[in-house]
Order: sequence, then C-alpha cells, then structure tokens
Amino acid sequence: MPADGASIELKHATRSFTTPTGATLTAIRDVDLIVRAGEFCAVVGPTGCGKSTTLSLISGLAPPSSGEVFLLGKPVTGVDRRVGFVFQSDALFPWRNVLDNVAAGPIFRGMPREEALQRAADWVRRVGLSRFERHHPHQLSGGMRKRVALAQTMINEPKVLLMDEPFSALDVQTRVLMQDELLQLWSTARASVVFVTHDLEEAIALADRVVVMTAGPATVKSSYPIDLPRPRVTSEIRFEPRFVELSRLIWSDLREEVLLSHRRAAGATA
Amino acid sequence: MTEARVAEAKPSAPAAAQRAAQRRRLVVTLQIAVLALVLGSWELCARTGIVDPFFFGKPSGIVQQIREWIAEGTSLGPLWVQILVTLEETLLGFGIGALLGIVFGVALGRNRLLADVFDVYVKIANSIPRVVLGSIFVVALGLGMASKVALGVVMVFFVVFGNAFQGVREADRNLIANARILGASPRQVTWSVIMPSALGWILASLHVSFGFALVGAVVGEFLGARQGIGLLIATAQGAFNANGVFAAMFILAVVALAAESLITLVENRLLKWRPNQGPDAGF
Repeated sequence: MPADGASIELKHATRSFTTPTGATLTAIRDVDLIVRAGEFCAVVGPTGCGKSTTLSLISGLAPPSSGEVFLLGKPVTGVDRRVGFVFQSDALFPWRNVLDNVAAGPIFRGMPREEALQRAADWVRRVGLSRFERHHPHQLSGGMRKRVALAQTMINEPKVLLMDEPFSALDVQTRVLMQDELLQLWSTARASVVFVTHDLEEAIALADRVVVMTAGPATVKSSYPIDLPRPRVTSEIRFEPRFVELSRLIWSDLREEVLLSHRRAAGATA
Repeated sequence: MTEARVAEAKPSAPAAAQRAAQRRRLVVTLQIAVLALVLGSWELCARTGIVDPFFFGKPSGIVQQIREWIAEGTSLGPLWVQILVTLEETLLGFGIGALLGIVFGVALGRNRLLADVFDVYVKIANSIPRVVLGSIFVVALGLGMASKVALGVVMVFFVVFGNAFQGVREADRNLIANARILGASPRQVTWSVIMPSALGWILASLHVSFGFALVGAVVGEFLGARQGIGLLIATAQGAFNANGVFAAMFILAVVALAAESLITLVENRLLKWRPNQGPDAGF
C-alpha cells in the first residue's frame, strides 16, 4: 500500500539490465523514496550512478525488475498522463517550430489543433519566446531550447514533474536564469518535482529536500530537508550563511560517493 | 561624416560578392572548356580515323541523329512517344516501389518480431541480381508496360526499404520517449516522430532509386518491348548505329537529371527545418 499523502513512492525498487555481453548490470538497488504532494525533491549523486533510471521507473518508461512504484496512490503500469518529463538532452522535435513543439502534448491528447495552438502561444509567451514562435529548434540557443522544453512539458499541467539534469548543458549564467524561471513556473503549478542533478548547489537552491544517492548500483543514502525560505532567488541564495552550511553538510556526505565512483572509473580504465 | 564612413566600410561586402561571382564564372568557363575538349578530341579522332566512328560514333553524328529523330521520328514512331513510354514505366515503377519500400521499411522497423522473421529473407532477396528477374517478368507479364514496371518496382523497393528501415531504427530514442510522455499513442509516435526522423533517409534513397527505376524500364525494354528508349537503343544496336545508341543515352541522361533536380527540390522543401539546408538556414 502506498503511504498517505505521497505523490510518488518507490518501495525496494531495483532495476537491472542485461548488457550485450550477457552480464547483468544493476543500475539501482533497493531504492526507497517518498515524495509528498507539491514537494520539490532534488536527487544528487555521482555522475552515471542510476539517478536517471529512478526517473524512468517513476515515468513508467521502464518497469522495475523488482520492488514497487506508486504514482498518486496507484501502482505505475505505463506512461501516466499526469507526469511531465524534461530530458537532459534536447528532446524537442527538430522539424516543428516552437509553437508546434509546445502544442504537441495537447494535440497528442486529442485537443483540437486551433485550441492547442492558442494555449501553446500563451505558454510560449510565459517563457518569453513570443518573438520566436515560428523558429525551428536549431535556430535557438541552448537556453531558449530549454525554455521551449519547459513550456512543452508544463502545458500538459503535470501533477508530477520529473527533470533529468535539465540544465546541465547550459552555461552558468543561463543555468541560473533557468532555475529562477523553473521556480516561478513551479510556484504557480505546484506539482511534485523530482529533479535529478549532479550539481549540489543547484539541488539546494531549488529543492525542499535533497536526497543523496550512493555510487552505483545506486540506492538512497540520506535525505536532507532544505529550510531556506521561499520565494528564492537562486542567483543570490548561494551567498546566505544557511546555504553555505547546508552545502558543507551535504557535500561531506556526497563526497565519499563521488570519490568512490571516480576511483572505480579510474580503475576500469587502468 | 557618418555617410562617408558607411561608404568607406561598404565596398568590402560587394567586393566579396564580386569575388564569389568571378569564381563562379571561372568554374563554369572551365567546365565548358572540359566538355569542349572531350567532345572536340572525340570528333577529331573520329574524323582523322584514330577511332572508328562506325563503332564509337562521333558527336556531330549524335547531334545529327537526335535532330533526325525529332524532325522525322524514330523507326518506332515519334521520339516524344518513346520518351513518354519510358518515363511512364519509370515513374510507375519508382512510385510503387518507393511506396512499398516505405510501408514495409517502417512496419519492420517498428516491429522487432517482424524484423527478426523477415531479416533472413530480405538478405537473400537483396543478394539476387535483380536485373535477371526482367527475363521472368517479360515472359510472365508480356511485352507491354507491366513487365518494365515490375522490374522497376523490384529494383526500387530494396533500396527504399533498406533506408526506411534504417531511418526508423535510427530515430532518436529521446524524442520517442518525449512524445510518449507528452501523450502520444504508438500510432502518433510513428506518424509524428518516426516518419519525420526517417524522412531524411528515405529521401536520400529516392535519389538513388529513381536511377534504378530508369534502369529497370530500359533493361525491360531491351529484353522485349514494342516501344520505349530501351527498344530504341536495342534497335540502334541491331543496325550497328553507334550514334543512335549514344543519342538515346543522351536523352536518358537528360531525363534522369531532370528527375534528380525535381527530387532535390522536393527534398529541400520537406527538410527545411534542417540546419544548413535551403535558403533560410540560420538567420
């Protein structure tokens, strides 16, 4: 049974793959995670430790090998309409212009084209790209493409928003702008968010709670509530004493995992 | 003052354009020179008897032959009828073959079981030299259009099929995942993600396969026909008319080039969204 008030719940979730050479690779093992309704939960861990796998289990894109995944009180059996997913790499449709990209979700879900385009125009305006409605993705900068991706996801009004290192490909200034933009969109939408990142500062600046995962096979190591007041301005919050304190605390925990993961990678190449 | 500065700064842009135009003229001039050199030495060798014009023809003879065909018609009837017959066979073979190739390519690309089952048969069929099938088609379908179209279909199908299949397989997994999350049904994924992704591959195969459809039609006509450019070549060959063979070849080349540029036009239109393609690439 899922816990009360939980938006997302993973119970002993494990996922392993069979590699082409026939070996079994366990990406995540025995993950227990509860995200409350409306909570912004950031997941940090060493690069390539299986954070993304956790998201695919919640999204229903991949089933767990063992264990259970609940979404809004029901077991996950496939892709759920109430889930939004912002991918790490560009997942915009390159042959559609900005407006058609944003309208894709509603149109897939059966909304009449005219209505969908009207709503899309509204969302494009909200992310500040009205002038670029007719542009194709390759004509936009990385930050603009991310804005389109956000609008494309938010237009479906997801109850659960999954984000897989969405800003990792952006330069530092753009990233900070996008983080503020995300917090603003989230404050009006109030979805539960699972935000995967390897950037601890980003995690603390955005989240209500930071979950640290171990080096692969990943499992939940520890969880820290972030008691910084909202609304936050991510570009300035980094200088607050409490932020620095939290960073130091969580980093001391995360450091071991990063080092372990690094040693393993070095060992594998040696 | 400002105007003077603008005027000063400006010449660089027209100068660059001028240089580009100059270079373009140079290239075209040299291209014409190469053509003149090849045709001229051919003509010269034929006239001086270094090569025997009876076997290898000569440019003036070829021009003469084409003029004659246009003015008086060929031994098979008016020239334009022959061109139309071959063109119709080619287009039908191309259209049907490409359509079947796309349908089967996408179906097998989307369904792993079907792909695994048919994989071995596709490989076997692909390894057969398909021109040989022309003989069977002429025997089975007769001297009319059907046998040439059938040969064209077979030749086009495998090229387009292979590319469509590959294009579907190469479709970005991220895009598919994104479409699924956004609410796309499997059918919608096929139409709005897989097909546009594979379009580049499919269009590339259409370039090659139009030539194959033409080969299918002409070879079919060689093997047995009542009309068409292929039969014109076969007739010229039978009459030891080298100029006739070259003249028919030239006509085929013109047809192929025209079709090629038409496909490029369609391609640029359909793939406008791609970077560095078409006139509105970038800003």
